[in-house]
Amino acid sequence: MLRALFKFNGGVKPQTHKLDSVRESIGQIPLPAELVIPLHQSIGGTPRPLVKAGEKVFKGQMIGAADGNVSAAVHASTSGTVKAVEMRTMAHSSGLGTLCVVIEPDGEEAWIETRPVAWRSLPAGEVRDILRDAGIVGLGGAVFPSHLKVQGSRSTKFKTLIINGAECEPFITCDDMQMRERPAGVLRGAAILRDLLQAEEVLIGIEDNKPEAIASMRAAVANLGDTARDIQIVPIPTRYPAGGAKQLIRVLTGIEVPHGRRSTDYGVQCFNSGTAYAIHEALEFGRPLISRIVTVAGNVEAPRNYEILFGTPMRHAIAPTRAKPDSDRVIMGGPMMGFAMPNPDVPVIKATNCILVGSPALFPPPEPEMPCIRCGECAKACPADLQPFELYWFSRAKQFGKAQEYALFDCIECGCCAYVCPSHIPLVDYYRFAKSEIWDREREKAAADAARERYEFRLAREEREKQEKAAKLAAKAAETRAKLAAEAAATAAEDDPKKALIAAALARAQAQKAEIQPDNIEQLTPAQQAEVAEIEARRAQIREIAHTPPENKP
Amino acid sequence: MAHNSPYLLKPASVRSVMLRVAAALLPGIAAYVYFFGAAILVQLALASATALAGEAAILALRRKPVWLFVSDGSALVTAWLIALTFPPVVPWWLTVTATLFAIVVVKQLYGGLGQNPFNPAMAAFALMIVAYPLLMSQWPAAGFADFHTQLGLIFGERALDGITMATPLDALRTALHSEENRATVAAVIAQGASFGTLGGKGWEWIAAGYLLGGLWLLQQRIVTWHMPLAFLAALGLIAGVFHLINGDQFATPLFHVFSGGALLGAFFIVTDPVSGATTPRGKLIFAAGIGLLTWVIRTWGAYPDGIAFAVLLMNIAVPLIDMHTQPPVFGHKKGDGA
Repeated sequence: MLRALFKFNGGVKPQTHKLDSVRESIGQIPLPAELVIPLHQSIGGTPRPLVKAGEKVFKGQMIGAADGNVSAAVHASTSGTVKAVEMRTMAHSSGLGTLCVVIEPDGEEAWIETRPVAWRSLPAGEVRDILRDAGIVGLGGAVFPSHLKVQGSRSTKFKTLIINGAECEPFITCDDMQMRERPAGVLRGAAILRDLLQAEEVLIGIEDNKPEAIASMRAAVANLGDTARDIQIVPIPTRYPAGGAKQLIRVLTGIEVPHGRRSTDYGVQCFNSGTAYAIHEALEFGRPLISRIVTVAGNVEAPRNYEILFGTPMRHAIAPTRAKPDSDRVIMGGPMMGFAMPNPDVPVIKATNCILVGSPALFPPPEPEMPCIRCGECAKACPADLQPFELYWFSRAKQFGKAQEYALFDCIECGCCAYVCPSHIPLVDYYRFAKSEIWDREREKAAADAARERYEFRLAREEREKQEKAAKLAAKAAETRAKLAAEAAATAAEDDPKKALIAAALARAQAQKAEIQPDNIEQLTPAQQAEVAEIEARRAQIREIAHTPPENKP
Repeated sequence: MAHNSPYLLKPASVRSVMLRVAAALLPGIAAYVYFFGAAILVQLALASATALAGEAAILALRRKPVWLFVSDGSALVTAWLIALTFPPVVPWWLTVTATLFAIVVVKQLYGGLGQNPFNPAMAAFALMIVAYPLLMSQWPAAGFADFHTQLGLIFGERALDGITMATPLDALRTALHSEENRATVAAVIAQGASFGTLGGKGWEWIAAGYLLGGLWLLQQRIVTWHMPLAFLAALGLIAGVFHLINGDQFATPLFHVFSGGALLGAFFIVTDPVSGATTPRGKLIFAAGIGLLTWVIRTWGAYPDGIAFAVLLMNIAVPLIDMHTQPPVFGHKKGDGA
């Protein structure tokens, strides 16, 4: 059945270099002396190591548990002994170290106990946990944990599941060979995803330069009968980057998913064909993701696809293809978006779809960079409909605000612009630079914002405390003043207990004297009585003085 | 340091682009030589040598890699456009001065390749027609003199009487502007010796040569259809409208398209990427603006052809045009609600 396809703008048609690596079937590689399995192999959190040096592990045993939900478990690719859990150089152009589990294989390939998952009878959340713990991530190269994608959008009804078998990058043929040789596994995986997502239709997009894969998949669809219902194999025009998720969604459905939006908001989800196969293995057989098909190509005598265990040193994987003597680098991924490895001993990981051996003849250094002449070739080639030369000018001038205004972050770094540039400007490098600068600045800004907030909070707190303290002090002072005033009023007579006692004693004595006085003074002469009255008056005066509150008492 | 992805690069270069542009001028140049003699070849050589030497000297002064930029072909294209837009018998010093002005001032002093806001060849043309209006207006008639005489005109004493004549555009404008002589387009063309079938005698064939080269540039994808089409369509449309309104006073669209520098301009001048608009819609607006202004200057202005001033005026508007015609980014098109 023919389907109306849509077009995306731009794109390029570089030489595909695909024919050499598809002559032989998918090969096996002997076990290396040691497997170096990085714990961090997917987008998200670094899995926590579950094993220690000296421990024996089985093939498929979980050695790193997912750290949070945005993460995926990591497993031992073969049975053997854990030699170390230590930092090793990661398969990244930075050459930085990452925590790895180093396993010395025992050669027995002894599996952990595996059993099929009854996923149909499990709630969706549990199936997602199983996929996470089986270490399933996107095998197209982005290594996004797949379990996070096995759910629709809350707002939009799910419609179309897309299986990406486009494989548009030159040299890479791993998906092609898998679809040729193992179509049933890919289709069963697609069927599982169809049922989990309750998709109305499944479109498997394959570039039309892979007629064998298309034929093989179509035959398998016919063979699988009802299992493959609603699944269509759709050949699409060969044009890089037709295998970019957004470009493929556009070609198959006409929908353009903007940057920052999820395709599920448009009722579409997209998985790589290799991921579908891995999901099938995980749920139908209980086998976690421990290996993948890798194209070993480029400057080698016998390019070929191999099923390679994760942790296998790239050098070991290149050996059977016989790298030519002038080889000068190892690239992970394709020639358009791949990254040069710091050395050939870094391990094959989940993201390794291709090991590309380079040489100065195969990938000559670009000619000297010339100024941009604004010819617009890059804009014609850009599949994201950007104006790459404008982004170049802004990035170069460090006008990052303008670069963002011109949608820098919609750039998928496919390399089409740099591929066509007559001035040989490494445009993608400028965008990578601008993006990382912006991220840095945003981090710095976030840090500065946090610091400023902390500072402002502290100022506010100090101010508040100061005010509270002042209020407290004022209250206390007022209280004291009130008390003093009250005391002063109440104890106009008894300011001091001692004086009060004296006064009381005096009063008593006076009363006594007054009581007895009539007797004593009865027989007194008038002169004596006058003397007594005078003395009495003086005493009264003294009492008066004694009872007056002191003026300068503190 | 090793370079990063993409590791595959298309075999393309500024030099290849520029040399193909120069090659596309060859049919027009061949017709030029056929009708007007080899003088134009002398002017082309003069301009080329001046441009390359001037560019090399200023690159050395600016401490830039001399060979890398001198060999990129951009100075050569500028030089050829100067030679082809100037009358073929201007004195040698005029060609040299104009070329030096274009390369040194308009191009290099603004930062060199890719940095100049104005089209260097057109800036040189504008400068010279303002500074030496007479010399810049002395266009010879087809088959006017032998090569020896032509060389004498370029390098020696100038005795132009009887050799040069007003160009068709000039003749038409002068005749139509003179108050007492209420000439009509048809009458002027019928009387004028310089007129051919579509444009000027001989010139229309040179224009056809440029058209041929231009179509090849389209096929080579060095220029897109936007600018030539918008320029010619705008020029033809406004000429057509006025011709329909008053055929006696306004020449036909075909006459405008095949006269002066219209076809050279359409494919080789308007399409200069450095100083032109870059977005698809911007290119249409930019080129259509040049087409309209060209017709306006030709019809009511004081100069025989209006392309140079029209290009420079629209060059000024380029940043504004580009800013307001940015195409929608993937996923952000109208109706996506984003």
